[in-house]
Parts: sequence; structure tokens; C-alpha cells
Amino acid sequence: MQHVACRGCDLLQRVPALPPGAKARCRRCGQLVAYRAADPLDAPLALAVASVVTLGIANTSELMSLSAAGRVASTTLLGGSLAMWEQGNEVTAVVVGLCAVVAPIAYVLLLLTVLVAVRFPPAPRWTADLMRWVERVRPWSMTEVLLLGILVALTKISQLATVSTGPGMYAVVALVVLLPWLASSFDAQAVWSRIRWAADEGARS
Amino acid sequence: MTPLVRTAAHAGLLACHECGLLARPAAAGIPGHCPRCGEALAWRRPDPIQRTWALLIAAAILYVPANALPVLVTDTIGSNEADTILSGVVFLYSSGSWPLALIVLIASVLIPIGKIVALGYVLVTVQRGSARSNRQRTRLYRTVEFIGRWSMLDVFVDTFVVALVQLAPLMSVQPGPGVLYFMGVVILTMLAAQSFDPRLIWDSASAHGVHDGD
Repeated sequence: MQHVACRGCDLLQRVPALPPGAKARCRRCGQLVAYRAADPLDAPLALAVASVVTLGIANTSELMSLSAAGRVASTTLLGGSLAMWEQGNEVTAVVVGLCAVVAPIAYVLLLLTVLVAVRFPPAPRWTADLMRWVERVRPWSMTEVLLLGILVALTKISQLATVSTGPGMYAVVALVVLLPWLASSFDAQAVWSRIRWAADEGARS
Repeated sequence: MTPLVRTAAHAGLLACHECGLLARPAAAGIPGHCPRCGEALAWRRPDPIQRTWALLIAAAILYVPANALPVLVTDTIGSNEADTILSGVVFLYSSGSWPLALIVLIASVLIPIGKIVALGYVLVTVQRGSARSNRQRTRLYRTVEFIGRWSMLDVFVDTFVVALVQLAPLMSVQPGPGVLYFMGVVILTMLAAQSFDPRLIWDSASAHGVHDGD
């Protein structure tokens, strides 16, 4: 039994103990108010590890290449951001780098660290800080938009030259499956219940 | 007589926006910090009306150069073509990929303006103290929040076209000035959605004693 205030409409509600895998929604506005993962520690950890590996491949391997009149050019994921920087569009380069590379990596690494730390409850205070950063970073991780953008770019370029995709592309596709899966398997309340309370720390010192 | 709904605010409780814990304020008028996660507590997001309006108006202003200025400049032997977002859509359509043309049109042209109009509508109704269509307005806000990131599509398209097509003098592509403005629109509308507090929609309902969602 849990008392919550809905994030969407502030209504106070009692949420009964949920069976594993169940979600509870606000009775007034439908916002998700509680979620109990079937496997709050192991499943997201496995997905996070898989995501780290895939992110490594996605960012370092060739994404796509083109050839025309005997000349060849190729790029990686990071290369997109770097190309914008070289063209003098530094702000765009930074934002693209953030949304396509930095935010997804930060999101996964932060989650991974938190998930490992809470396997030994009560987790130390810095875990709470990491959780805060997870929430801040998440809206800026835009892997699905990135994938669609790459596909549209491919289509545009294929009018001018022959294009082919590299292993990096398949890694990005895998990320579009892995990252949302990771996000939906993550049970924030299960993690918060395993972190040392700020109040306890203050009382001791 | 049916009781008024109890919101956390009415009950004098604060819900931590980070970890969700319900807590009492540290003292009268001082929210304090969450005893579990240490985050600063607040009744509502700071200055939601003013900040959201400021960000929306800025985004609306940037929307004009974002669409009017070219986003890609293509240099091939013998020609130099500047493409705006809209001419890029036309190009995709006329070269046969009309599904992609539609996607880019929706993501880059319709969604940004849709977000601005939708958030503006929600703001106006909240400022007028409207207590009707709460669920629909909440759904509208949630849609705006969810769909916002897809407007970044064109920025990614331009980035990767530029990254790949660098075979001067045969053909090369440079980004145009429009990209920066367009990115500004996307980021500002995302920040605008983040700065608004959806609970304001329901605060009017609770104040007027409406006793369940309508």
C-alpha cells in the first residue's frame, strides 16, 4: 500500500500492492502513478550491459558510405557531429552530439551504475544524485529520431550516388529496440527504496 | 454531499518531483528538501506560466527563419542549390519517396507549430481558470511532451547528408543558416513543455469543487 500524489494532476491516491509487471494509473487523469517490474534488478541490468556494448559499436563503426565516379566517402555516428563542427556550425554539432551520442551513453552508463549500486542496499547517497541525472538526461536521448533521420538522409543521397550501410547502422537499429526496452523495464521505486535516505545521512552528521 | 477531491497541495503535502515521496513542508511557507532523495521540494514547477510563454514566443519567432532560410546547400559541378525544409519535402516527393516527404513535413513543419499552438491553448485555458475538458487538455499536453523530440528529425537528416556528401568538386553539401534557427525552435519548444506544470490544469478543477475528472 503506497500513498502517491499523481504527477499529472496532484490527486492523492492509495495504490494497493501491485502484482509483478503491473501498472497503476491515476483515477482522475490517467497518468502512470505506479509500476512494479517483474524483475527490477536483473532485467534492466542485462539490458543496460547489452546497450553499452551496442552503443560502443554504433559510435565507432561505419554507419554508411557512398561512392560516385570512383570516389568514396563514409561516416560514423560521431562523424555526423564532427562534420557539422568542421563546417562551422558548432552549436548544431554540439546539440547533435548531445542528442545522438552523449545523452544515450550517459543515460545507459548512469542506469548501469545505479543498478549495480542498489544490488548492495542501502546504496550510498551519490546513487540519488545519479538518479537525478538519469531523469535529466533521458528526454535528450533521441536514438529513434536519429535512426529515421539517417534513413531519410540515405534516401536523399541515394538520388546522387550509390550508398551502402555499415555495421554501425545495424547497431543503431538495435539501440532503437534496446533503449526503450531498458527504459520500460526500469522500476524507479524499486531503486529508490534501496537507496540510503538523505535524512538519515543528515542525522548522523 | 460528495467530498472535494484531495490533492497533495490541499492536504499540505509536497510530492517530490524526483522520487515521488510525499512529505510535509519543512516549515510554513518553506518547502524544504525531500527526506529520501535530498532534492529541493516545490508545490509546483517554478514560474510555469511566464516561463512557458516566454519560451513559446521565442520559438514562434525563430520558426520564421527556420523555414525561410535554407538548411542545405548542394554544390555540384555546374550548379549550386539551396534547399529550405519545404523545398526538401518537395524534392523527396517529386523523386518518388512520398512517405518520407510526408514524415519530414509532419516532423519538421507541422509538429513544431502544432506544439506551439497546443501549449499556447493550454496556457490560455489555465490562465482563464477553466475547469472543463481537463482530461483532454492533459492528454494534449502529454502528446506535446512525447512528440517534441521528433522535430529534431530534419537536423539529423541535414547532419548526415553533410557528413557523407563531401566529394568536392564533384559534389559537396554544406549546412545552411536555417539549421540553427530550426534547432532553436525544437529546443525551445521542448523546454517550454518541460517548464509547464500539468497539475495547473487540474488546480482550477479542485478549486471549483469539481469532484472528479470530466
